[in-house]
Amino acid sequence: MNYNFRNSPVIDQVGIEERVARFNTRSIKKQSKLQGLHLALNMIDLTTLEGKDTEGKVKQMCTKAMHLSNDIKDLPSVAAVCVYPNYVKIAKQTLKGSKVKVASVATAFPSGNSTLEIKITDTKFAVENGADEIDMVISRGEFLKGNYNFVFDEIAAIKQACGKARLKVILETGELSTLDNVRRASDLAISAGADFIKTSTGKIQPAATMPVTLVMLEAIKDHYLKTNIMIGMKPAGGISTAKSALQYLVMLYETLGPKWMSNEWFRFGASSLANDILLQLGKEQKGVYYSKDYISID
Amino acid sequence: MTNEKEFNWDYAPAPEAKDHAKIKKQYDLFINGKWVKPTGKKYFDTINPATEEKLSEVALANEKDVDLAVSAAKNTYDKVWKKMPAKERAKYIFRIARMMQERSRELAVIESLDGGKPIRESKDFDIPTAANHFFYYAGWADKLDYAFPNRKPNSLGVAAQIIPWNFPLLMAAWKIAPALATGNTVVLKPAESTPLTALKLAEIVQDCDLPPGVVNIITGFGNTGAAMVNHPNVNKIAFTGSTDVGKIIQKAIAGTTKKITLELGGKAANIVFNDAPINQAVEGIVNGIFFNQGHVCCAGSRLFVQEGVANEVIQKLKARMETLIVGDPLDKNTDIGAINSKEQLQKINEYLKIGVEEGLELHQNSCSIPTKGFFCKPTLFIGASQSNRVVQEEIFGPVLTIQTFRTIEEVIEKANNIPYGLSAGVWTDKGSKIFNLTSKLRAGVIWANTYNKFDPASPFGGYKESGFGREGGLHGLLPYLKFQDH
Repeated sequence: MNYNFRNSPVIDQVGIEERVARFNTRSIKKQSKLQGLHLALNMIDLTTLEGKDTEGKVKQMCTKAMHLSNDIKDLPSVAAVCVYPNYVKIAKQTLKGSKVKVASVATAFPSGNSTLEIKITDTKFAVENGADEIDMVISRGEFLKGNYNFVFDEIAAIKQACGKARLKVILETGELSTLDNVRRASDLAISAGADFIKTSTGKIQPAATMPVTLVMLEAIKDHYLKTNIMIGMKPAGGISTAKSALQYLVMLYETLGPKWMSNEWFRFGASSLANDILLQLGKEQKGVYYSKDYISID
Repeated sequence: MTNEKEFNWDYAPAPEAKDHAKIKKQYDLFINGKWVKPTGKKYFDTINPATEEKLSEVALANEKDVDLAVSAAKNTYDKVWKKMPAKERAKYIFRIARMMQERSRELAVIESLDGGKPIRESKDFDIPTAANHFFYYAGWADKLDYAFPNRKPNSLGVAAQIIPWNFPLLMAAWKIAPALATGNTVVLKPAESTPLTALKLAEIVQDCDLPPGVVNIITGFGNTGAAMVNHPNVNKIAFTGSTDVGKIIQKAIAGTTKKITLELGGKAANIVFNDAPINQAVEGIVNGIFFNQGHVCCAGSRLFVQEGVANEVIQKLKARMETLIVGDPLDKNTDIGAINSKEQLQKINEYLKIGVEEGLELHQNSCSIPTKGFFCKPTLFIGASQSNRVVQEEIFGPVLTIQTFRTIEEVIEKANNIPYGLSAGVWTDKGSKIFNLTSKLRAGVIWANTYNKFDPASPFGGYKESGFGREGGLHGLLPYLKFQDH
């Protein structure tokens, strides 16, 4: 295939925003709301990516990932936990025997400013410690310089280092400035071997937004129409309410269709979303809202 | 990980409550600030096109009633309205606007019940845009001298206004707001299939304490409209509707001094170039033709796609159509509601037959449609040619014809090769191409990389058989004014 990322389709920002506004007019009630909330919960990558992370913090979060609530019935678990490479081992140990996967950020997260050797080492370290998924960052500086081949080669090299682990490529859309750039970076990441494309590190504002996610979903759709190959999507950062998660799911459902409606193809990178969904599910079961004190914070 | 069984997400029904909407069993004529019985004592039913159930019955105005209404309007014009300081007039118009906002929920529900349009559209588009029109023209009322410097604008007198069924309240606003702002009084007739929101507007006018006779609202069929047009005390006619009726009206007033604006049919070209933002263009095509079930005079009903992207656009358009929800207009998730009337559905179905007989590929949504009520699936005619009847004639339904083109010259020629000229759409990433086309397309409104955008400040109107005169904006004041220099 001949890749020329200067020829990525153009994006009309006003059109994207109008489409998003239209998704947000959908009214999701009753059974369809329950169905959506359960799915959203099952799609969460429960995340801790702080400088002050410790083994203790990671362990507690992993316990929460497996055991979301004491008294809300028939809950799924979250999809994965997402941690720094040095906590992959403890996460893996804690989650042993559960379905929850371990995702690790790598490649000099969050800036990505390092050498390829270090990025590969970083990735391999996480994989060897048991990471099922790697969340890498692209070199935004090189991308904005128009050095697309550099970015492409880097992704391809990390993909190779991942082995069997699935690769999520973080575009850090908050630094890419235009939707045209978001589309171009999505096309680039997909052709370089990404299994998932992901909006943000969570360290830059704005993080995930619906317009940006829609542009990325369209890139995935166009790729699927051409090749029949499915790519996953992960908006991360800034999605903290059940209502907003349902709006993302409406967008996913009406853009990519039912095939993508599972945690194999869609994830929410979030730390506080799970508890808001639990509040809503609790209300559906009990008819009244819980006090937040009834839901463990991690 | 394996992909388990497919996740099908049928949105649960989300019906808008309708118990708060007050519809009387019977409506009389609103003349001289009062509800009066029709002299002929006849009433006709208005139904909900989504269920075919009767909503109410409204008075049938005959020539005598029309005379009463016009006389009331003339009397008030001469004795009250003409003499009132413009800033006082403006206060009444502002009051109507605010009252419409206050009652927007009720108005939206009634608009959807009576006309079949999705509640999402009546709530988010029709009612707010109608209120905005009153706000906008209220602002002009005391600034007319500045709008037309050194020209001394004067009002005309009584305006007879006949409006269509596709945007009942919005069209009433388009007509009444500029007429009042310029100091005229009005007799307005809503369409026979959708009279209810205009009658609710009459209640609002009453509650706003407008001087009796400034706004008169009468109901009836074509004969009522004809009596309005032919009444000698009418000074101005504003009509929105079919080209056929527009021609009859123009003939009827030949030789009189009555001023006229006609906003008639359309068959707009929506043009997509190879370099367009394709996914957003597909969205624009859908909004262009399926908005309000395609009952839009400026609907983008003729799609022109450049051959390099034709397959992609058609494939994506089909996929997007599958996500459209057709059904109960009062459900908040409905994208496409009911066809306005049985007659209109028959006309659309007739055209579907014609298109198939002309050998075109017909594509419709796979969705099912309600068995009761008047519904039509969103439809594409693929592989259409300029000479097909479905391309040449206005269908006024959710039916899109798709033609391909190769060069910019070719598409300009084909887009203009039609008796209508109301609107057009252009989709391209290149600004210079947009300006090139907008100067060459013979259409009153041209949208670039968007479609069906309306604003009270923007004039709207057509070329050729789409009519003449402009509504909206500063230009929308002109048809209701005469100047001393004339």
